[in-house]
Amino acid sequence: MKKIQFFKVLMLALFVSLGVVGFAQHGEEHQPAEHAEKHEAGKHEEEFNLAEEALAHIANANAIHVFGDFYIPLPAILYAPGHGWSFFMTSKFDAHHHGNGEKAIDHYVMKHGVIHRIADESFPYGEVAIDGFAHGKIEKDGKEKDVAYAVVNGKQYLLDEKSTLDGGMLGGGKTSYMDFSLSKGAFTMLLVLLLAFWLFRAVAKGYERNKGKAPSGVQSLLEPVILFIRDEVAIPFIGKDKYERYFPFLLTLFFFILGLNLIGQFPLAGNVTGNFSFTMVLAIITALYVNFSGNKNYWEHVLWMPGVPSVLKVLILTPVEILGVFIKPFTLMLRLFANIAAGHIVLVAFVGLIFIFGHSGQSMAGAGAGTVMAFLLSMFMMAVELLVAFVQAFVFTLLAAAYFGAATEEAHH
Amino acid sequence: METIFLSGFSVFRPEPGMILWALVFFLTFWFLVGKFAFKPITNALKTREQSIQDALDEAKKAREEIQNMKSENEKLLAQAAQERAVILKEAKEMKSQIITEAQDKAKEEAQKIIASAKTEIDSQKNAAIAEVRNNVGGLAIEIAEQVLRKQLGSDAEQKAFVQKLVDNAKLN
Repeated sequence: MKKIQFFKVLMLALFVSLGVVGFAQHGEEHQPAEHAEKHEAGKHEEEFNLAEEALAHIANANAIHVFGDFYIPLPAILYAPGHGWSFFMTSKFDAHHHGNGEKAIDHYVMKHGVIHRIADESFPYGEVAIDGFAHGKIEKDGKEKDVAYAVVNGKQYLLDEKSTLDGGMLGGGKTSYMDFSLSKGAFTMLLVLLLAFWLFRAVAKGYERNKGKAPSGVQSLLEPVILFIRDEVAIPFIGKDKYERYFPFLLTLFFFILGLNLIGQFPLAGNVTGNFSFTMVLAIITALYVNFSGNKNYWEHVLWMPGVPSVLKVLILTPVEILGVFIKPFTLMLRLFANIAAGHIVLVAFVGLIFIFGHSGQSMAGAGAGTVMAFLLSMFMMAVELLVAFVQAFVFTLLAAAYFGAATEEAHH
Repeated sequence: METIFLSGFSVFRPEPGMILWALVFFLTFWFLVGKFAFKPITNALKTREQSIQDALDEAKKAREEIQNMKSENEKLLAQAAQERAVILKEAKEMKSQIITEAQDKAKEEAQKIIASAKTEIDSQKNAAIAEVRNNVGGLAIEIAEQVLRKQLGSDAEQKAFVQKLVDNAKLN
């Protein structure tokens, strides 16, 4: 556990230092309040903004950027109240440079690989060619907000972002449409699902083939991991007689998170475990499973702790325990999300250093030295991320097992 | 920084689309691997561990059995040795018994032989004595016959003759 703490401290330090870097970048490269990105060739005079780049890299997208202007399209499933459902492949947007689409489809446009919607009802439905995108700021609830526009025939149309469930608390909220597309993140999940299922079927078949014999191949690669989860996580926390019921769920958690963490290390794949929506789903499923597994003893300890004066129970213990029921999954959700998202941001920041040195290269020696340093830092960060991929999958599973253990523990008074 | 956080930090916002797909894919994955992979794997692991445990138990049992057999063998050996000793002792006893019996029988037999020899000797002696007696009687009669034949001669001659016969008889 000491090692895990050490790496958490390391991650925190890196995250904080990144914040400083990002802030400095933002301060230095403050862009003019409004500037248009036109698609015309040879007119790309955009400045490199590290913070924006990092956040764009960990964000979900509706197409997979392979290299240059080449994008793998994904299915778009969109719903706009008043208009209805729209289904199409995102290749229809004709996205090239920076993932900016050259067409609007039924009010939808693609900007930086992400679908947005033109809320303005005067805009025509169907396919409409767009000239480009523009940025601006508007006043909303007394706060300045960055917004983007689609430019069509010299007119700017405000772009809506997809609806989110935070009610505006985290800068989202209900907008004119909802996005249920099989996004980059969802596609990555599907990929991991299929890969992992294929892998574990191979392992299961190995057990049939090598019945009564020593394991071989991929079977011997994964068996120690499965045994580790069983002998070091499930049995110690849940108990030898009860663990079997929860063991498949724990394995599912561990390998799904691990698979997504690992695939997230690849440049093309989406960042799923560093996406709040995903960790939220995992945490909620875990919490529901834990609390529905809770026995009498568990609920007694939550609601009416035995052996404690009633006054204390009513005033302190019961409220705290009930809060704990919600805080436990909340920490599960935040821990995984923050660790992975932070790791990716730091990595993008280090890789981004190469571009910063390249862009600002007034002194060749400085640029070279900076690039070497950035390269070494990126390598280090990748190694740390690899470790974090395992550690976070393990920690999530371990804590889930601990919660199951607490929920199914028998009274021992 | 705040504006960037708000506008760009989209991963921090719960999106219905992502939530839906995460739910669908996680539950699908759970169902698929739980049913078609983890179940057979955990069962196979359990069976294998059980068989290993069984094999170990059996080995232990076999070892114990061998141990038991060894001690039994030792016991048997000890018993055999004891029995051998008993048999040897009995044989010795029997031998000495046979010898004494044989000696006794031989003695008895010898006694019998001696006794029968004695009676034989006695009867032979008696027979010899009777024969001698008979011979002496015959001789006396013969002498008396010759004496009677010579009676017609002188007394002196008779006397000398008898004397001569007696002397001859004595010499015989």
